[in-house]
Amino acid sequence: MKRKLLTGNAAAAWGARLANVDYVPAFPITPQTEIIETLAGWFDEGALKGRFVTLDSEHSMVTAAASAAVTGVRVFSATSSQGLLYASEMLYAVSGYRVPWVLVNVSRGLSSPVTLEADHNDIFALRDSGFLQLHASTCQEALDMVLMAYQIAEDVRVRLPVIVNIDGFYLSFTREPVEIPDENKAREFIGEFDAHNISFRANVPLSHASAVLQGSIYSYFRYEHHLAAIQAISVFNESAEKFEKMFNRSYALIESYMADGADYVFIMIGSFATKAKEAVDMLREAGSLTGLLRLRMFRPFPEEEMKKLLKGKKAAAVIDQNLAPGKGGVIYTETAAALCNEKEAPFLISYIGGLGGRDITAEEFYEIEKEMRKAAETKKPPMARLLFSEAELEAVRKLQGIAGVEKKNEQRKN
Amino acid sequence: MYRIRLHGRGGQGIKTAGRILGEALFLEKYEVQDAPRYGAERRGAPIFSYVRAGKKPINERGIILHPGLVVVADETLIEIPAAGVFQGIAENTVFFICSNESSDFWRKRLGIDSQIITLSQSEEYDTALDFHYNSSVCVGAAGRLLGVISKESLKQAIEEELSVFEKTVIEKNIEISLKAYDELSSYEGIVKRGVGISADSYRRLNWVEPPFEGADISAPAIYDSGTSELALTGLWRTLRPVVNKELCALCWHLCGSFCPDSAIYLDEDGAPQIDYEHCKGCLICVMQCPRRAISVEAEHKKTKEAKGA
Ligand code: SF4
Ligand code: SF4
Repeated sequence: MKRKLLTGNAAAAWGARLANVDYVPAFPITPQTEIIETLAGWFDEGALKGRFVTLDSEHSMVTAAASAAVTGVRVFSATSSQGLLYASEMLYAVSGYRVPWVLVNVSRGLSSPVTLEADHNDIFALRDSGFLQLHASTCQEALDMVLMAYQIAEDVRVRLPVIVNIDGFYLSFTREPVEIPDENKAREFIGEFDAHNISFRANVPLSHASAVLQGSIYSYFRYEHHLAAIQAISVFNESAEKFEKMFNRSYALIESYMADGADYVFIMIGSFATKAKEAVDMLREAGSLTGLLRLRMFRPFPEEEMKKLLKGKKAAAVIDQNLAPGKGGVIYTETAAALCNEKEAPFLISYIGGLGGRDITAEEFYEIEKEMRKAAETKKPPMARLLFSEAELEAVRKLQGIAGVEKKNEQRKN
Repeated sequence: MYRIRLHGRGGQGIKTAGRILGEALFLEKYEVQDAPRYGAERRGAPIFSYVRAGKKPINERGIILHPGLVVVADETLIEIPAAGVFQGIAENTVFFICSNESSDFWRKRLGIDSQIITLSQSEEYDTALDFHYNSSVCVGAAGRLLGVISKESLKQAIEEELSVFEKTVIEKNIEISLKAYDELSSYEGIVKRGVGISADSYRRLNWVEPPFEGADISAPAIYDSGTSELALTGLWRTLRPVVNKELCALCWHLCGSFCPDSAIYLDEDGAPQIDYEHCKGCLICVMQCPRRAISVEAEHKKTKEAKGA
């Protein structure tokens, strides 16, 4: 084991290396490219023994990945944002193959307008794709979640592909100290890939992902897919237990930071959650009983765990780094659904923040804490809110001036 | 926690400088986070990198809003508001500027109370490629100003981060860094650790709910033409193309046809003129001119001449 400064991208690549992957189909996209570049280098110098192939698009890349996975080899790939969406037709299709493999998505906001920076609309667009989703919040987790993802994906109770999500820029290009597990220990943890009945032999014809033209039979397969996804909750916990024994880092489905005994909690996902930890520390110093719940797994949604952790809290603020137009925050909606029949459920407040990499400041966490307290006192939670300041609106107005928005409208009226 | 922001231009080694500082602090048993910050810009555009270091795991993320140390590798950035050199500075922020001017000169010029320390540039440099030695001056200077990095760690960090380069390059960078480190011995440790923002007393903020506006206003469209002219990409230039009138044959305007920024126009006499407000200094025109009539000059020297310095 050695501790080194690594970017989130390099850490994710290390995860794939330690999993001893056999096949990596690749296509570049900012801010992910460093992952496949790093892997390409390792294949080139012989540190990795399998095949590295560049494809003509993400759609082909995902098709290649899943096609390789049905032959019973260990597959890894990575993409981001529009690339993930371009591949989405195949992502939905291949999850139904019921073969394991791991894809890393480096989150980046979707077009339009175009951006390079992180938010979770890309990965949440794949919410119902049938892939499981693990979300890292540090560079260390980028590595560790890739390792755990293989173990969960390959478990015969689950046998579904997994997406590990890391945030663009805030993790992808940021270096943090990362413990790189010893190669042999990592192999011992993850084990040889036991492909069970996943195989491809020319002399044993077999057909994968067959057509099913009857609704009732289709329903059976889809529901089994759903049940397998739910199995991933206990399989994750088993894997985390083994991981902790071997590497001394403990991973819960939902990370609870000072949330035990807290009256108020922030609910978040991804790298911005560490900012909330910093805010929680300062709020505690100021005497506020505030904590953080951070979802490490988003698919399956750890509903029972969430209910348990929120029981008896006075108020919870869900900070969604995503926006479903016409509805609002995705995590808010799912958390609200989990709580709807609970007796001791907290007031739930929805915030949208961090779209397109927009920062969330310490002061904003403190303001949110104030609103949670007020909601509990007055028993009236405020409306959903976008984290957006007067100064930001002014900056938009300035740009609209340059873009000639008003002028255009004047001209049209005259 | 130490919060350090390093400013320079794309291609000047600012990302590497941040990584060297990060690595050196890591070798000194600090928890570290370092990252470069750039978007779609290219060589010559203002960029910055940042380093956080503390004794506990770093939970802060993103751009450093309250730096304890600001390092400026390229003094020409100070006059460019978009470079954001002064963002979030406070009284206790220490400035290091790689400059031949004195700290008094900069204090007067900038009218700020912060402590400013300068060190002359490593040597006269002719091309942008030589410039990265300034980044090495910055690394050595920052190491000393922090006061928690030993010479040995600094050296090891440079070796680690520059390992892809030849031995002579690594040695030269070490030499320049250590020289700066030695010269600033009297300032050792003047950078103080910053604290977090108190949840008890902080500046309240004003959130606003963006009002509903129709698509005629709120679609991300640009109606006015010529708006890209407002982006003065000439500020990205580190090398300047100069047309030599004597040699120019007034050919078919090959230079201008190939300029990716349409930054060469013809004057009344049909002679090519370069629009230095927008020329990014890619030097494609230099390569295209059949008469070799366009020469290359270092931008910082030109700027100085223009100011009569
Ligand atoms: S260097 Fe020449 S080709 Fe490049 S932007 Fe300037 S004028 Fe155009
Ligand atoms: S390409 Fe050379 S010769 Fe032709 S117009 Fe430009 S500078 Fe003059």
